[in-house]
Amino acid sequence: MKDPLQHFDKAFENRIRLQIMSVLAVNNSYDFNSLKDLLQITDGNLASHLKGLEKEEYISVHKSFIGKKPNTQYAITKTGKDAFKKHLQALEKLINQQK
Amino acid sequence: MEEKDIYAELSSIRNLMERSSKFISLSGLAGVMAGFYAMAGAWFAARITLNHEDMGSPPDDVPVIKLAMIVVAFVILLLSMATSYFLTWRKAKKKNENVWNPVSKRLLVASGVPFLTGGIFVGALLLKEEYKMIPAAFLIFYGLALYAGSQFTYKEIRWLGIVEIVLGLCSMYFGNGLIFWAFGFGILHIVYGIYMHFKYER
Repeated sequence: MKDPLQHFDKAFENRIRLQIMSVLAVNNSYDFNSLKDLLQITDGNLASHLKGLEKEEYISVHKSFIGKKPNTQYAITKTGKDAFKKHLQALEKLINQQK
Repeated sequence: MEEKDIYAELSSIRNLMERSSKFISLSGLAGVMAGFYAMAGAWFAARITLNHEDMGSPPDDVPVIKLAMIVVAFVILLLSMATSYFLTWRKAKKKNENVWNPVSKRLLVASGVPFLTGGIFVGALLLKEEYKMIPAAFLIFYGLALYAGSQFTYKEIRWLGIVEIVLGLCSMYFGNGLIFWAFGFGILHIVYGIYMHFKYER
């Protein structure tokens, strides 16, 4: 039997990372503070997960300033989108197998 | 991984996709209130024009009536916007959500372009004294604004927009601006608001 877990992405093992990818998958870009509001987590927690996803090159980062306030926008990359899709398909397979 | 974990995961993904790309704090009650304001305004407008005809006032009264109509329209617009903002803000707060987020901004920009164009267009009609077309223009541009904004909120808004556009086009053909206006802004808003309230807010 083929192992359905072979497409499970280690980068998505953490729930918050998967949640971040879900948001970025349906939006062109999202800024740091709005992500924080949406997921209701702390600055440090969010920042470390974003770093992790950035390292995998699943997301791209665009830093700018609005007035004096830093504004950091995150967007999903092609690699990230493919990985996210594969992960969802793996979840789907797992459900079908358990039925 | 357990099956229920997968389902929890999938539902959290779907929930976030929905919440991050659609603004769902719009209040149905605000629609009902806007509908009542519009009906009151239409009644008031009908009264001043009818009174005017009864008394057979001299023509120099006409600017006064026009001014009264414009003031009434503005008051209704401001009241509706203030009420919607307040009710939306309250609903968002209840859900522990920020009213001012990337989606609400996109919603505002998308519907703001046809809305402002309509405002300027109606202003131009006023200046050119083309009063007959004003109710139709209101309905058409308002419908376009709803249609444009609908991709960032409840899908029902799209249908409300389409019906407003059709009403506006009919009003252009048939005249009877005030009746179409009362129907489009009054009755439709009330029906829509009640429907949304029962579908999403209970």
